[in-house]
Amino acid sequence: MRIDKDLVAAIATPLVLAILSEGENYGYAILRRVTELSGGELEWTDGMLYPLLHRLHRLGYVTTEWRSSDEGRRRKYYAITPDGRRALGEQRSQWATASGALERAFGRLDFGLGSAVTA
Amino acid sequence: MSAALEARIAEWRAFATRSRAVDAVDADELESHLRDSIDALRTAGLDDDEAFLVAAKRLGALDPISREFARVHSARLWKQLVLSGVGPEAAESGRVRRHELFVVVAFALGAAVLVQLLRLGTGAVSADSPYGAEGFRWFSGLLPAVLATPVIGYLAWLRRLSLAEIAAPAALVTVTTLALLIPPFDLGGLTAPVAALHSPVVLWFAVALTYLGTEWRSSERRMDVVRFTGEFAIYVVLIVLGGGVLFGLTSVIIGAIAPDAVSELAAWILPSGGAASLVVAAWLVESKQSVIENIAPVLTAIFTPLFAVMLAISAALYAAFGIGRDFDRELLATFDVVLVVVLALLLYGLSARRPETASRVMDVLRLVAIAAALALDALVLGSMFARIGEFGFTPNRVAALGLNVLLFANLAVAAALGVRALRGRGTPAAPESWQTRYLPVFGGWALLMVVALPPMFGYA
Repeated sequence: MRIDKDLVAAIATPLVLAILSEGENYGYAILRRVTELSGGELEWTDGMLYPLLHRLHRLGYVTTEWRSSDEGRRRKYYAITPDGRRALGEQRSQWATASGALERAFGRLDFGLGSAVTA
Repeated sequence: MSAALEARIAEWRAFATRSRAVDAVDADELESHLRDSIDALRTAGLDDDEAFLVAAKRLGALDPISREFARVHSARLWKQLVLSGVGPEAAESGRVRRHELFVVVAFALGAAVLVQLLRLGTGAVSADSPYGAEGFRWFSGLLPAVLATPVIGYLAWLRRLSLAEIAAPAALVTVTTLALLIPPFDLGGLTAPVAALHSPVVLWFAVALTYLGTEWRSSERRMDVVRFTGEFAIYVVLIVLGGGVLFGLTSVIIGAIAPDAVSELAAWILPSGGAASLVVAAWLVESKQSVIENIAPVLTAIFTPLFAVMLAISAALYAAFGIGRDFDRELLATFDVVLVVVLALLLYGLSARRPETASRVMDVLRLVAIAAALALDALVLGSMFARIGEFGFTPNRVAALGLNVLLFANLAVAAALGVRALRGRGTPAAPESWQTRYLPVFGGWALLMVVALPPMFGYA
């Protein structure tokens, strides 16, 4: 199952913020975590992560810092700010409402189909 | 890694930085990602070539990515986006450009003709016109509208604005002009100069509204208006300087054979050239002649430290010796200018500031300049309020005092936000959004000074 592009765009911000709330991280590792969490089902162009991270930085949701890794590669680390956590909390309750509504609606749909078939 | 792989990565990087939206720091970040990705793929058993191809493919096509970067960092290529509406690639078709040039020339000629009609219709550009003071009254009342309308028209054409969308700028121009012309101003009075002084500011807000078009709510687009204003002013100054040299030489050469023709020539060329230069300057800023792109931030970087030192020393001197009993009452207007300059330094500093490459020293210097200007202004304001009974309210003082209070409030909040940012708190965009939200306050104040202040003082 592939997830639609618009839906990926919608969940990208809360997903990245949630991953950063586990601890600071850099782009490549954030994407690996996305793959892990979604079981590889999220179709995401790697490069699109960076404009998103920069937007979060502009909004003050994350701070950035360049650091060198053990093998000497320079990486830009992103860490979530209190504002970012607030935004994440907000998004979280919105998504809970949305997915709850969807689940109830879908549940009803199954029931409706089932009863139509039996009747 | 092999040399061949390094070469391919370098080539890829060069391709990525072709877009003006992706700067070197962004490219570093993307390249680091590419290398991580290649490493992982090689560990999984791919050879160099395969690893590069897969990693580059996963990173994605660079065009949509740089478009995304452009949307986040709109400041980096605000002009290209403005010019074409969609992106850098659509802007460069030669036919569009030539077509645009004709339109610019038409608007510039229109401006030149309008200003001449105004000059001939009202008699002259000074108070000793053949139609007397009444002629001068009409001239000075209509001049702002005559100068602003072609610029507004050009921008409206450029933005393809509908009639409904230019209703607000048109209304501002109309209201201002009527407010200058209709009421029974006492020509020797004090309210007429105050209204006349503030009317260009209102009309500049009409230009700004046209510039913003349908996006007048957007903070980023309002920041673009600030950039536009700065670059526009610089272009106008340069054109006027060049025109001055041209006219000076011409009058010397012509004057040698026909001395009487020089003043006639001046009456025809100077007003027309000035009016046309406004349209040309707007076009130059919009069509991005990158020769002097972003000169405003460069000037800001030079003058911020100088102003910071000058203001800090002045504040120390004022604090040490106090403001003399007999200080000039019009000092307040001078301090309005000081605060406007400091605000301009702050705005252009902000408009060019990139969080990634921001200099802490510059941020501190800017704060020093603001703090010193505020301290100075507080001293003057305090002394002004203490003796307001002695002076009484005149139109000049109401205008100067009001503007002073508005500027003081703006800079005080800006200073607080600056301190927060230096201590690593608050959002990086907060100082910018404070300024862009405050901009309409200045426009509203100028409109009040044109429309409401004169009747308050009975047009005296």
